[in-house]
Amino acid sequence: MIWVDTIVQGVLLGGLYALFAAGLSLVFGIMRLVNLAHGDFIVMAAYLILVLVTLLGIDPFLAALISAPILFGIGWLLQMHVLNRTLGPDILPPLLVTFGLSIVIQNALLEGFSADSQRLSVGQLETASLALGPVNVGVMPLLTFVSAVMVIIGLNKIFYSTSLGRAFRATSDDAVTASLMGIRPNNIFATATGIAMVVVTIAALYLGTRANFDPTVGPARLIYAFEAVIIGGLGSLWGTLAGGIIIGVAQTLGAAINPEWQILAGHVAFVIVLLLRPRGLFPRAVD
Amino acid sequence: MALLQTDNLTAHYGDFQALFGVDIRLEEGETVAIIGANGAGKTTLMRSISGVLTNRADAITFENDRIGSAHAADIVKKGIAMVPEGRKLFPSLSVEENLLIGAHGRKVTGIWTLETVYEMFPVLKERRLNPGTALSGGQQQMVAIGRALMSNPRVLLCDEISLGLAPVIIRDIYAALPKIKASGTSIVVVEQDIGQALKVADRVYCMMEGRITLEGAPSDLSRDAIHNAYFGAAA
Repeated sequence: MIWVDTIVQGVLLGGLYALFAAGLSLVFGIMRLVNLAHGDFIVMAAYLILVLVTLLGIDPFLAALISAPILFGIGWLLQMHVLNRTLGPDILPPLLVTFGLSIVIQNALLEGFSADSQRLSVGQLETASLALGPVNVGVMPLLTFVSAVMVIIGLNKIFYSTSLGRAFRATSDDAVTASLMGIRPNNIFATATGIAMVVVTIAALYLGTRANFDPTVGPARLIYAFEAVIIGGLGSLWGTLAGGIIIGVAQTLGAAINPEWQILAGHVAFVIVLLLRPRGLFPRAVD
Repeated sequence: MALLQTDNLTAHYGDFQALFGVDIRLEEGETVAIIGANGAGKTTLMRSISGVLTNRADAITFENDRIGSAHAADIVKKGIAMVPEGRKLFPSLSVEENLLIGAHGRKVTGIWTLETVYEMFPVLKERRLNPGTALSGGQQQMVAIGRALMSNPRVLLCDEISLGLAPVIIRDIYAALPKIKASGTSIVVVEQDIGQALKVADRVYCMMEGRITLEGAPSDLSRDAIHNAYFGAAA
């Protein structure tokens, strides 16, 4: 029975990792841009939510709702004025620029908020639990997982059932031909990064409510996000959810055997998948 | 004033100059063919007009509007649509999505809609949910033409639409051009297949090494003149 419980907890934890990864997956899928500052943006968004909660005395969920459009704007401007300039046949410039951004964000947060650990409080919700058949699950982990599934469904809906999604896919296939259709690739990329930052805000909400955070935890979130994206297959959103779940389950199983193995088990699962399926579980047909 | 014209149009790829002072014009309702060997600059000319390569603003004029330096996305909105060389369908999009994206993000009015495109190319309707790139070469070319028509353009630029297709398919593709012309669209056809080009064109330009070497109505041009303009006098 303990194993069922462990696996369920792992699946729910996977939802958090999928949330970390969904924005990264979206941006990579559309413009082949690896954003090394992704984890730091999640932490930055968590601080923004914290500031709103502290200043306005509002609930973190409401604060996240207010933060989402702000982060969309930041993402749009960042892509339009900085990251678009780095895109091209050479993959090095975006890596260097986002690596630099990562350092800048970490240090700016350190300067502004000190190295103290912070947390977003959601009151009784933090300890509330539900009996799902034989296992008890925490309401917050369940909410995280449900949010992750809804984010993936939402992104898939945008991607495959809207004219914006059509433009995303066309621009991703061939930006020059897309511009012959009346599409401005730079605007499309900026919109995609804006949407990714809305997902970042949701990820930040659950990062901050489920664990402590400080300005330096971004890169570790990036690693989990990366692993989830790569396990799932680059550019596949459902694959990203599957990747998050695999890491989550591996971590909780590892921790059940020996608490010191939690983090290691996640990375080992990643390496095993990479060895068996180098292109991930659900690779895109065209790459 | 012509509907579309270029004035002393030049184009460079790095240090390499691909076009040297090209002047062409397209009148309302006209079909113009641009013929020439590989590397003559035909595709560069199309890429310049469609905005893929930018230029001096006054190098290209469309309806008295200087569009030489405009972004490709704005040029198609002004009414010049291109069927690019190699068809360039979007592999991630279905046939129908490939057609729909031709009028992306704007309300266009005119006779070309999904229905009228399917009417002209019925096979596309049967395969509308297939990925565009799963179709045969000829069918892909139909999608590329339909996609450009979805913007209801004043001018349709067709770059090498017969390239790599079997003669019977080429005939089907070319059979569509009179219908497009009848809808009020002026057409520029770029071709290596001289016979095909002369059949559909009201006027022909021949290009060699980035320059226009011959211009005239098909009936006025002798075989020798075309041969010389196409291959050079020494050939």
